[in-house]
Amino acid sequence: MNGPATDTPASTAADVSPEALLASIDAARGQGLAAVAAAATSDELAQVESTLFGRKAALGQIKQGLGSLPPDQRATVGRALNEAQQDLRAAHAEAADELAASARREQLQREWLDLTETPPGPERGHLHLVTQTTERLEDVFVGMGFTVSEGPQAETDWYNFEALNLPAAHPARSMWDTLYLDLGERTELGDGEGGEASNVVLRTHTSPVQIRVMEVQPPPIYTICPGRVFRRDTADASHMPVFHQIEGLVVDRGIAFADLAGTLEEFTSAYFGKAISSRLRPSYFPFTEPSAEFDITCVICEGAGCQTCQRTGWIELGGCGMVHPNVLANCGIDFEEWTGFAFGFGIDRLALMRHGIDDLRDMYTNDIRFLSQF
Amino acid sequence: MKVLLSWLREFAPIEGDPAELADHLSDLGMAVEEMRMLPPLDGVVVARVAGLRPHPEADRIQLVDVELPGATGEGTGGALQVCCGAFNMSVGDMVPFATVGTTMPGGLVIGERRMRGQLSQGMCCSAAELELGADAEGIMILPSEFELGAPLMSQLGLAGDVLYDLEVNPNRPDAMSVAGVARDLAARLGVPFRIPAPVVSETGEDVSTVASVEIIDADLCGRFGVRVIRDVSIGQSPLWMQARLTLCGMRPINSVVDVSNYVMLELGTPNHTYDLALVPGGHLGTRRSAGGERLVTLDGSEREMLRGDGLIVDRDDRPIGISGVMGGENTEIGDSTTAVLLELAWWDRLSISRTSQRLGLRSEASMRFERGTDHELVPIALDRFCELLDRVTPGGVSVCRGRLDGRGDLPPTTRVRVRPARMSHLLGRRFSSDELRGLLDPIGLQCTESDDAAPRGAEPDDGALEVTIPSFRPDVVTETDVAEEVARHYGYQRLGRTVPRSPEPGRLTPAQRLRRDLRRVLVGAGLSEDMPNPFLAPDAVRQAGIDGADPVRLLNPLATEESVLRPSLLPGLIAAAAYNSSHRNDSVSLFEIGVVFGPPPAGDADTAAADTSAAAVLPTETEHLGAIWADGEAADAVHLTELIATAFGLRFSLTNANDLDGMHPVRAAQVLLDGQAVGVVGEVDPVVCERHGLLQRCAWLQVNVEPLLAAASAAAERPYRLVSTYPSSDIDLAFAVPDGVQASQVRSTLVASGGDELRSVDLFDIYRGDQMDPGTRSLAYRLRLQADDRTLTDEQVADIRQRCIDAVEHAHSAVLR
Ligand SMILES: [Zn+2]
Repeated sequence: MNGPATDTPASTAADVSPEALLASIDAARGQGLAAVAAAATSDELAQVESTLFGRKAALGQIKQGLGSLPPDQRATVGRALNEAQQDLRAAHAEAADELAASARREQLQREWLDLTETPPGPERGHLHLVTQTTERLEDVFVGMGFTVSEGPQAETDWYNFEALNLPAAHPARSMWDTLYLDLGERTELGDGEGGEASNVVLRTHTSPVQIRVMEVQPPPIYTICPGRVFRRDTADASHMPVFHQIEGLVVDRGIAFADLAGTLEEFTSAYFGKAISSRLRPSYFPFTEPSAEFDITCVICEGAGCQTCQRTGWIELGGCGMVHPNVLANCGIDFEEWTGFAFGFGIDRLALMRHGIDDLRDMYTNDIRFLSQF
Repeated sequence: MKVLLSWLREFAPIEGDPAELADHLSDLGMAVEEMRMLPPLDGVVVARVAGLRPHPEADRIQLVDVELPGATGEGTGGALQVCCGAFNMSVGDMVPFATVGTTMPGGLVIGERRMRGQLSQGMCCSAAELELGADAEGIMILPSEFELGAPLMSQLGLAGDVLYDLEVNPNRPDAMSVAGVARDLAARLGVPFRIPAPVVSETGEDVSTVASVEIIDADLCGRFGVRVIRDVSIGQSPLWMQARLTLCGMRPINSVVDVSNYVMLELGTPNHTYDLALVPGGHLGTRRSAGGERLVTLDGSEREMLRGDGLIVDRDDRPIGISGVMGGENTEIGDSTTAVLLELAWWDRLSISRTSQRLGLRSEASMRFERGTDHELVPIALDRFCELLDRVTPGGVSVCRGRLDGRGDLPPTTRVRVRPARMSHLLGRRFSSDELRGLLDPIGLQCTESDDAAPRGAEPDDGALEVTIPSFRPDVVTETDVAEEVARHYGYQRLGRTVPRSPEPGRLTPAQRLRRDLRRVLVGAGLSEDMPNPFLAPDAVRQAGIDGADPVRLLNPLATEESVLRPSLLPGLIAAAAYNSSHRNDSVSLFEIGVVFGPPPAGDADTAAADTSAAAVLPTETEHLGAIWADGEAADAVHLTELIATAFGLRFSLTNANDLDGMHPVRAAQVLLDGQAVGVVGEVDPVVCERHGLLQRCAWLQVNVEPLLAAASAAAERPYRLVSTYPSSDIDLAFAVPDGVQASQVRSTLVASGGDELRSVDLFDIYRGDQMDPGTRSLAYRLRLQADDRTLTDEQVADIRQRCIDAVEHAHSAVLR
């Protein structure tokens, strides 16, 4: 390592001839350049820097001696001195840049990373298809001015049947395979009769929610009732004992059958797209009159006819109709003043249709390989 | 309900493209489930069996010489020779014969071929092969009067016929007959409809001399018609009748049964026949059973009656049939029957429904009685039976003069006041009185101008009609019912489409919106939503360690495995975790937001007896959030509570607890919100995990959704707290804390004593080990202090620090380290 050049000939004041000064300048420059070139690290270079450019540096001392020269020689030697100093500064700057660049190269080499080696990080989970479908349906109806109503899943016979114009002996009750709850022991209070025991059912549709809404909310009513429903059905590819339904209810002044048809058409094109339309066919439900079956253009073939729609171009979606006057009366609503319509259809099937799932049971295995696809 | 186009045409001149007619039927509410064009069977002709010979090489095939005008072949005497696998025909029989080149309904083309060396020049056909009936065993034997060589279908009267399978709604008893369907379709097409009057030549004695009827319970039987037919010989009904019955889904039996079924299909009037010789004095009575009576029905089973069941009884009050459901074996028609006592009655719908359902004897007849038959058709149907039986019995029968017509309680004729304005209101299109008449009259709803000048409803009464409802439409009782008929015949599709607008904007409630947010927080935390079955086996509840709950039971479960309602989400979620684990997905994290059930709210005996409101009798339903981490630790669940808290601006506190259902004995805590317990967090009891085949730890979180969302809803309105512009200071405090003290308690003490300037408390280090006294651990907290309005001085910071130290040391027997 080259130390600072403190004992160079130029520092001796004995020979101050211009020639001698020029020779010392040249020598100092040569030594300085050699020292810069020899610095291998930025630390070494910093040390070299302090010996080259300080007051005590060789060139600095020569500069201090310039004053004793005659003016004409002073200019010549001064110029040489400046040039030597510039050379040394340039060499130093270049060396500094080079050292910084190589340090960065080394740094980068150490930091090199294959980003494809990244181990898996936290994953996002998945909403169940039924939730996704329900929310999508709710969004469409909310956009059409509806609220969303909820109610209990276990219901009294009154809310599930009787208020819906299905009195106890009504033959149409057999349209629903009903699951009853055994609350016998607990309702056996007081007289020990437990009369209500078999009067509590798991709701077979979300219509009881409609009744509950009408009981407490004076018209106008524009609401949908999505939710879980229960039937005493053995599970197969298209049936589950537990599934999901969405029903809609409108009660207002001057509501007509045409309003039902128009509302369902608006829903159909909003939910399924402009290519899909709806149609109504006469049907029967005890709680509506007139009643209708609600079909939509087959979403697979868009009406051309295919296997799914049995070549009819239509798919049966649900039931609907004008709210039966007896139902309105059961809720204390004057059916001369107010009229209404209701509709309902399955949510699960819409999820199956959208994603081409053949077997309803697949949706309820809770297999992560199913859940994580959606 | 299956109907043949040719049969419909016997009631109205119905023309047009069969597919268009199908559209009309569907549009009228009789959805066409299937439309079948009967095969034209070109090439299938009537032939005669001229000879039968054994096949020289095969036992199971015989050779038939088939006589067909204009055809000659390899058979005896120039007849066609056919190899045939059936042995039911005799020489001289007329049979359907598929000539060479015929395409069979199944697509098979008949060709000339050799079977075991013998030439076969066509095929003798069974009913099944021609798709005209179910019988695939024998060759169809045709009536001898059929024209030799003529096309089969024209001889059967089925050429070009169309079979519609209709779905008939329960409110359309009229559509349960060929005539009723024809009436509706004729109205739609604008062609006349009529039921032809049967022609009966009465050659026997007066019916009242051989039979009598007594209606004992008038509320059970509204009308009881009887005819007596003599000189009956039981045989096969003609092929055209058999073909119609077969195509419409009924099995041909014998002439009397077939006529009975034919009349039922045609007019919707079920009827019953007795062997007159077996009914003492020809007397039929009908009454309700007092219960306990027994009767062997036609199917050979002994049936016990319950109080109220309808019975047919003989002169000695002995049961000989169940009203409208099934006759008795003791009066059954047999091969030796020569005189038939025919019953055609109108029964109370509910009685029939109750009895047939209880006995599991639902038949084509009971189905029609349940929906309601037409009592005005009783005499016509009686006559139609006689007319047909006379026609199908070789040599005819002798019908006794007159009918017996017993009367009980019949429903009164319904008259409905129909206001055009109301119709327009309900349907959304203006209908004039004339238009309404034009739609209603053709389907038998007779309209007259109403002279009742006392309007009652809100609608204007102008042009009101009085509509008389025919006896075949018992379902139409109100003005609204008439509106459906108007809509049906005008066409649902032709009614307009308008969209009503709610006066209020649509929206979700705050709780509904926040529940959606909650689901997304959970999904963002890596959990997937599952939906396990809410029905459980009682054992599954115990297996999940839920001992405290007495789950609500189903009265009529499909299976024991699904016989109780879940009292907790844990059994379902741990089963789902186990399912995935057994399919090589060991570390799933799942959640569910769903309802759990408990017994109805308890009340003291007095109030419970008085309180019959729904809330008092219904089981309690609580919405829970459940989350499980298979191969997870308590910290996973605790972190989720923190995430939820952050998402909704809430603060949960945890209290360690060691007696929670299904939870790890020493790794579980209650979750509190504003001091109220709202859930549990920690790990699932390892015993429970092991029972489910899960050998790893499972973390678990359960939170009651309602209080959570209520708090979130309130917190959503929290005011802004200005961000202080003054410098903050951090101080670190480490305490030796006894193990019995929860870190959360120390934290609460710090928060309570730190005052307004304490902005955050972070537990940043926990140490257990040699440097600590046994039974203690070091908890190190970093406190950040900051004021809104000034820079805290060193003295103030020191003050707060001392306050915090004193409070923790005092409250928890802790020592500053
Ligand atoms: Zn299709």
